[in-house]
Amino acid sequence: MNPPALAAERTVRNGPRRLSAAWRHLPVHVIVIGLCVLWLVPVMGLLVSSFRPPRLVASTGWWAALAPPFRFTLENYREVLGAYGMGRSFLNSLFIAIPATIIPIAVAAYAAYALAWMRFWGREVLFAMVVGSLVIPLQMTLVPVLRLFNQFGLSGTFPAVWMAHTGYGLPFAIYLLRNFIGALPRDLLESAHMDGASHLTVFFRLILPLSVPAIASLAIFQFLWVWNDLLVALIFVGGTPSVAPMTVAIGNLVNSLGQNWQLLTAAAFISMLLPVVIFVSLQRYLVRGILAGAIKG
Amino acid sequence: MLLYDAGRESYTKGWNQSIHRLDKGAAGAAERRRFAVARPVLTALLVIVGIPAVQVGYVVLAEHLLRFVPEKHQGKLRPWLWLAPALFFLGVFLVYPAASTFYLSVLGPDSREFVGVQNYRFAFTEREMLIAFRNNVFWLVVFTGITVSLGLAMAVLTDRVRYEPVARAVMFLPMAISFVAAGVIWKFVYEFRPLGLPQIGSLNALLLSVVPSFQPVAWLVNSSVNNAALILVAVWVWVGFCLVILSAALKGIPVEVLEAARVDGATEWRIFWRIILPMLAPTITVVATTMVIYALKAFDIVYVMTNGNFDTEVIANRMYKEMFNFRDFGRASAMAVILFLATIPVMAANIRRFRQQELTR
Repeated sequence: MNPPALAAERTVRNGPRRLSAAWRHLPVHVIVIGLCVLWLVPVMGLLVSSFRPPRLVASTGWWAALAPPFRFTLENYREVLGAYGMGRSFLNSLFIAIPATIIPIAVAAYAAYALAWMRFWGREVLFAMVVGSLVIPLQMTLVPVLRLFNQFGLSGTFPAVWMAHTGYGLPFAIYLLRNFIGALPRDLLESAHMDGASHLTVFFRLILPLSVPAIASLAIFQFLWVWNDLLVALIFVGGTPSVAPMTVAIGNLVNSLGQNWQLLTAAAFISMLLPVVIFVSLQRYLVRGILAGAIKG
Repeated sequence: MLLYDAGRESYTKGWNQSIHRLDKGAAGAAERRRFAVARPVLTALLVIVGIPAVQVGYVVLAEHLLRFVPEKHQGKLRPWLWLAPALFFLGVFLVYPAASTFYLSVLGPDSREFVGVQNYRFAFTEREMLIAFRNNVFWLVVFTGITVSLGLAMAVLTDRVRYEPVARAVMFLPMAISFVAAGVIWKFVYEFRPLGLPQIGSLNALLLSVVPSFQPVAWLVNSSVNNAALILVAVWVWVGFCLVILSAALKGIPVEVLEAARVDGATEWRIFWRIILPMLAPTITVVATTMVIYALKAFDIVYVMTNGNFDTEVIANRMYKEMFNFRDFGRASAMAVILFLATIPVMAANIRRFRQQELTR
């Protein structure tokens, strides 16, 4: 076997050898680029089909649209947004996702502050219980929570989904924020208290601004989670179209429209629009959130 | 199987009717417009102004009320006031329901009479349930195996190219897409037309253009391939997640270690097996357990793409059917308990490992 160390040395000295190193890298490029293309092709099919007239979608593959004559239309979008109520469900998704992101983060931030910086009996046990509640799969909670909502006449309303998502998102949110807030420098907080700052001032003027990175990751994580959630929405508001979010509406369209691909693809694309924009612009924070929270069930 | 679909159809029909109701007549149009404008504006106001106001108001009020409490009790009371909202939500949405589900699982369909382990016996013996168990195991092995190994391979490979951020973003992108949308995307990829008609699904068309004698396959109906087809969708969504975490861990391996091995004459292949793999082992475990948990709880993709028909049933989807189509809360609860018991060891191990990592960091 040729010692690679020697080979490497030679590569550095002799210019042309560098080219052969590039050649050796070729399989890597082929695999990486190949997989990336494979990953994008299904999305391309969706995007292209959503702009094609129904007759063509049903008779030729979406790739046929990439060659002239180009015949694209916005009719599909008009139809799903209007007649099929997708515009309404887009708003519903927003009305569900925004509060279902804000509420758990605020609730978790208060709890995390208390758990990290206040001394009280049972603090460790309480935190262990919060972490422990991460193991409860939400399927396990659906039947009793639904009954509770029915009792209070809440099922089929926005607050029902807000509260459910708050409950399900809390363990992870508290866990993440407590670890972050707990790691802030002790001197800083102590000197603030020494200067006579109240807990309110410390929390809103010090803790919150310093926790922005953690809160941002958490917010993006939770927003995407809620926006893309089907199960919780299906169970708590699924039967009420006027509050059902996009995921539920599309799930129903898949059943009722079956082969009308131009409409299904348009609807799916509308639902992807916002998360993909958020993803592309805020990827850094999302990655950080995921790295910290690989354990959310 | 007919029974399942009947339940779902009536549900869908109700949805369509309400759409049509909104569409009727001029008076309907005016009402629709009012409905479409007034309600969202109010809701939006409530959402944007109301909720944060209530939340900030809560702690401010709590702190003000604390002033009326004797000084020596303030310190004792304060943490609980700050924790109260969290404890309320955790109690109502996790602790109480989880306990209650255990109880419901030994009761009959409408939770009136005690039936002992009958629901569990049903869950472990009924034909569709056995198929669901088999499929969940299949998901567990195949899905976890592919996502973790492909994620690892891509982490190592993308580490060697200059356009790594782009490649990683592309593979990570499906994470931002809902499973419902992913279901639509892939149903279209798997679309099947009998031989002779033009294929509009990418997969059949591709195979047909490579192998002219290929017989188009109904990927989601043919029960020898449909489970694999569903798993492929989940792989498409989750590989990016594995890739991102593993590639972050890979960056954590000191360059000197790898350089030293290279100087000593180790081949890249040996470096991967002897250095990279052992050093990544803890992260691989975390990623793998996350995938295992997802495989156990798989629901959305199955619900949207096949609804468990054609032998693709999984436990979570069956549980949903028991709840909404058959209204059998006892059986649904028993299935939830089974899911819980299956995930608990994995989850516990995962949390322990994660906490250790946090401590050593």
